Amino acid sequence: MISIILLSGFGIINLFVGFLKSKRILLPLSLLFLAIVFGINLLDWNDTQSYFNNMITIDNYAVAFTGIMVLSTLLVLPFTQHYITRNDENIGELYALILFSLVGAIMMVSYNNMLMLFIGIEILSIAMYVLAGSDKRSLRSAEAALKYFLMGSFFTGVMLFGIVMVYGATGTFNIAEIAGSAETIGNGGVNNVMFMLGVLVIIIGISFKISAAPFHFWTPDVYEGSPTVWTAYMSTVVKTAGVAAFYKLMDAAFAASYPGWMPTMVAIIVLSLLIGNVGAVVQQSMKRMLAYSSISHAGYLLMTLLAFNEFSTSAVLFYSFAYSLASIAAFGVLQLVAKQRGSENYEAFNGLGKTNPLLAFAVTVAMLSLAGIPLTAGFFGKFFVFSALIEQPNMMWLIVVAVILAAVGIYYYFRVVIAMYLHPVTEGHTAIKSTSFINVMLIIITALTILLGIAPALLSGVL
Amino acid sequence: MITALLLFWPALAALLVLLIKGEGAKKVAFIATLVEFAIALFATVNFVPDATTQFAIDMPWVERAGIGFSIGMDGISLLMVLLTTFLVPLIVLSSFKHDYKNPHVFYALVLFMQTGLIGVFVAMDAFLFYFFWEVALIPIYFIAAIWGGARRIPVTFKFFVYTIFGSLFMLAAFVYLYFQTAGTELAAHSSNVSAFYQLTMDSATQSWIFWFLFLAFAIKMPVFPFHTWQPDTYTESPTQATMLLAGIMLKMGIYGVIRWLLPVVPLGVSQWADTVLVLSIIGIIYGSIIAIRQHDLKRLIAYSSIAHVGLIAAGIFTLNEQGLQGGMIQMLSHGINVVGLFFIIDIIFRRTNTREIANLGGITQTTPALSIVFLILLMGSVALPLTNGFIGEFLLLSGVFQYNYYFGAVAGMTIILGAVYMLRMFQGVMFGTKSEATEGFADLTFHEKAVLIPLVIMVFWIGLFPNTFLSISEPAVGQLLSIINR
Repeated sequence: MISIILLSGFGIINLFVGFLKSKRILLPLSLLFLAIVFGINLLDWNDTQSYFNNMITIDNYAVAFTGIMVLSTLLVLPFTQHYITRNDENIGELYALILFSLVGAIMMVSYNNMLMLFIGIEILSIAMYVLAGSDKRSLRSAEAALKYFLMGSFFTGVMLFGIVMVYGATGTFNIAEIAGSAETIGNGGVNNVMFMLGVLVIIIGISFKISAAPFHFWTPDVYEGSPTVWTAYMSTVVKTAGVAAFYKLMDAAFAASYPGWMPTMVAIIVLSLLIGNVGAVVQQSMKRMLAYSSISHAGYLLMTLLAFNEFSTSAVLFYSFAYSLASIAAFGVLQLVAKQRGSENYEAFNGLGKTNPLLAFAVTVAMLSLAGIPLTAGFFGKFFVFSALIEQPNMMWLIVVAVILAAVGIYYYFRVVIAMYLHPVTEGHTAIKSTSFINVMLIIITALTILLGIAPALLSGVL
Repeated sequence: MITALLLFWPALAALLVLLIKGEGAKKVAFIATLVEFAIALFATVNFVPDATTQFAIDMPWVERAGIGFSIGMDGISLLMVLLTTFLVPLIVLSSFKHDYKNPHVFYALVLFMQTGLIGVFVAMDAFLFYFFWEVALIPIYFIAAIWGGARRIPVTFKFFVYTIFGSLFMLAAFVYLYFQTAGTELAAHSSNVSAFYQLTMDSATQSWIFWFLFLAFAIKMPVFPFHTWQPDTYTESPTQATMLLAGIMLKMGIYGVIRWLLPVVPLGVSQWADTVLVLSIIGIIYGSIIAIRQHDLKRLIAYSSIAHVGLIAAGIFTLNEQGLQGGMIQMLSHGINVVGLFFIIDIIFRRTNTREIANLGGITQTTPALSIVFLILLMGSVALPLTNGFIGEFLLLSGVFQYNYYFGAVAGMTIILGAVYMLRMFQGVMFGTKSEATEGFADLTFHEKAVLIPLVIMVFWIGLFPNTFLSISEPAVGQLLSIINR
C-alpha cells in the first residue's frame, strides 16, 4: 500500500525536478525511487491487508507481481540514458509518467473491486499513450500515440461496458461477491445472459490491453512507432500487469462460470499463438518481429487462465518475469543498434558477435529464453505453463498446438542469432557504442535469465 | 560425487578454456578431456557390475514440484559415458592441425557440449534429461554453424529447428507422464525415472505417448524417414562437429529409447514395434543403397550411418536380450568406427583438398600406415569377424531373427550392402593409379597416429573380448527387460 502512495509522491517530485536546469539527476533519482519502492513493497510479504473499504488488497500475489514490475522498470530505465543529453525538452514529465503508470500497474494487480481495476488500467494506459508519442519530432511516434489512444480508449469503453453489465447482473463491484453470486447462476439468482455477456466483453477489453489476437491490430504499429525504450516498457510491465489482472479476475471472480467463457478464451489463445508466431516469421524488422512475438507470448500466458491449480499462479509469475527480462535485453540492444546503424532490420545486427560480443551474447540469451530453450528462464516459463494446463481435461491438443508453434518461434528468434554470429559485418559498420552502465544492466539481465534457467525454484516457489 | 564431477568438470574446463586466448586453448582442452576420461575410468573400476544405479546423487531441484537433480550411472549409462569420455579427447586431438579462428570459443563449446552429453547419459530425472538434451544441442549448433562449410547457415538451421521440434514433443510427453505419477509426501508428483517406470496406463494413451517420445528420439538418431537433416549437416559441419554428431550425439537418441521409451510405455512399444522395425529396416536398405551411389566421402559415411543406426534401432525394438545388448555394443563400435573414418576423410581432405572419390586414388602406394588403419576401421564397419562391428551386428541380427524371420533376412542385407559401399570407397580412394590430387600423399604424422591407434586398439578389443563391455551393461539390460515384460 505504501508503495502506491510513495510512487505517486515520487512521480510528483520527478515533475518538479524536471524544472531544474540540469536534468542529469532525473535518471539516478528515478532508479533510487524504484529501489526504495521495491524494498518497501517486500515488507508487505505474508501480511495481507485490505485498504479503502476493501477496494484494494495487498496480498502475496500483489506483492510478487509488484516486485517483478518494479524490477522490470528498474531494468528498463537505464536505456533512457540518452534522454539526459536532450536538455531542450521536458524529460521530467517522462520520468514522472513512468512512475505514475507503475501506480496504475500496481493497482491492477492488487484490486479487489472492479472499479479499482478500471482505474488502474486507465492510469496505466493514459501514461502509456503519452509515452508512445513522446518522440515529438517523429511522425511514426505521433501515429503510434494516436492509434494507441483511439483504439485504447475505445476498448477501455468496451471494458467498462462489460463491468457495468456484470454489475447489473450481480449488483456488486467486489470480485469476491461477484464470485459468490456467479455460483447462483442457473438457480434463478443472477441474470445469466447479462452476466455472461458482461464477462465476455470484459475479456475482450483486457485482451486488447495485453495485445492478444484478434484484438492485436494496434500492436505492430504502436510497438514499431513508439520510442524503443517505451516499447520495452509496454511489452514488459504493461503486459505483466494486464495478464496478472486478467488472471486474478478470472480466478477470483469468474472461475465458477468457466464453461461459459472457456471457448472464447481458447479461441483467443489459439489465434494469438497462430497470428503471433506466423506473423513474426515474415517480418524483416526486428522490432516488428518482437511485436508479433509479444502477441504470441500473450497467447502462452493466457494458457494459464484455463487452469486454476497450484501451478498456474506461479506459472504466470514466472513466465511474465522471464519474458520481461528477455524483452528488455532484446529491445535495449535493439535501441542501441537502431540508433547507431539507422535500421531496425535484421541486417543491422550482422556481425554484432564480432564487434560487440557482450551485446550479442545478451541478445542471444534473450532469444534463447524467448524461444524457450533450456538453461534460460524462458524454458521453465513454458514448462510451468504447459504443466499448469496439462491437468485440465481435453486440453492436450492445445498444448500440441502451442508446442508446434513454439518450434516456429525458434525460426525467427534464431534469425537474429544467425545475423549476429554467422553473417559478416556490413561494410562501414563499426562497433556499437554502449555505456558501461548499460553493459552492467545487460550482464545483470543475462545472469538473471540464466540463473532462473538453472534454479527456477528461486521464483517459482514464492507463490 | 563422481558422477557430479564427470558432469561438471567439462563445463568448468570450458570456462577455463574461454579465458585462454590463442593456441594454448587446444592443449588445455585436450588435458581437460583426458582428465575427464581418467575420472570415467576411475568410475568404471569402482563400478559393481549389478543392475543398480551407482554413484547416485539425488537432490531437490524444483522441490515443490517433485523435480529432482538426480544423476547416477547403471551399466547402460556407464558404457555411454565411457564412449563419450573416450572419444572427446581424440576428437580434440584430431583438431590440432586445424586452424579454427577463435580457438578458445571452439574448444569451450566442445567441452560445454560434453557436459550436455554426459548429462543426458547420467540424468535419472525426466526433466533433467530433457534439460541436458537441449544443452547438448546448443553448442553443437554453434560449432557447426560458425566453423562449417559454405552452405552451413541454412543446413545447420534446418538441423536445429528439426531437432528442437522433435524434442518439444518429448517435453510434452514428459509433462503428461509426470502428471500421471504418484508423488511423495513432499510433492504431488515426481519426475524421477523410477516413478516413470511404475506408471501403468491404458494402451491407447501409451500409444500416443510412444509417438511423442519416438519422434524426438527418431529425429536425433535419425531413423528413416526423419533423417533428412542428417547428410547435409554431416557434410557441412567441420570434421570435429561431424565426429561429435555421428560418434556421440546420435547415441543420445538410442539411449533415450532404451532409458525413456521402452520401459515407460511398453504397451505402446508392443503396438508399434512392427512399424518401427519396418521403418528401421527401410532405413538400412535405403541408407546403404544411397551410400553406394555417393561420390563425396563424407556423404557416403553419413548415409552409411543411417544404415547402421537403422540396424541398432531395429535391434533394440525387438525387446530381447540379444537385440538390446547388441544395440549397446554396436553403439560403442559405431562411435569408434565412424569417428575414425571421419578423421581419415579429414586427413585425405586436408592433403588433397577434395572429397570426391573420382579425384582420388593410389594413396596406398605411399602410405602403408594410413592404409592399414583405414582398412581396419573399414572392416570394423563392414562387420568382419574379429572386429568390433561383427559382435554388434551379429547380436543385433540374431535379435531381429528371433523377433521375425523375414525382418531378419532383409536386415541381414546390411552386411552385404555395407561391404559393397565400403570396399568400393576403399578401392576408389586408396587403390588404382595416382591422381593429380594424391600426388606426393604423405603418410600419417605422429599426432594422427595418436588419434587412430587408440581407435584401432578398441576395434580389436571389442572384437576379441566383447565381454569386457557386455558384462557392464548386462545386469542393467536384464533389469530393463524385466520392467518391460512385467
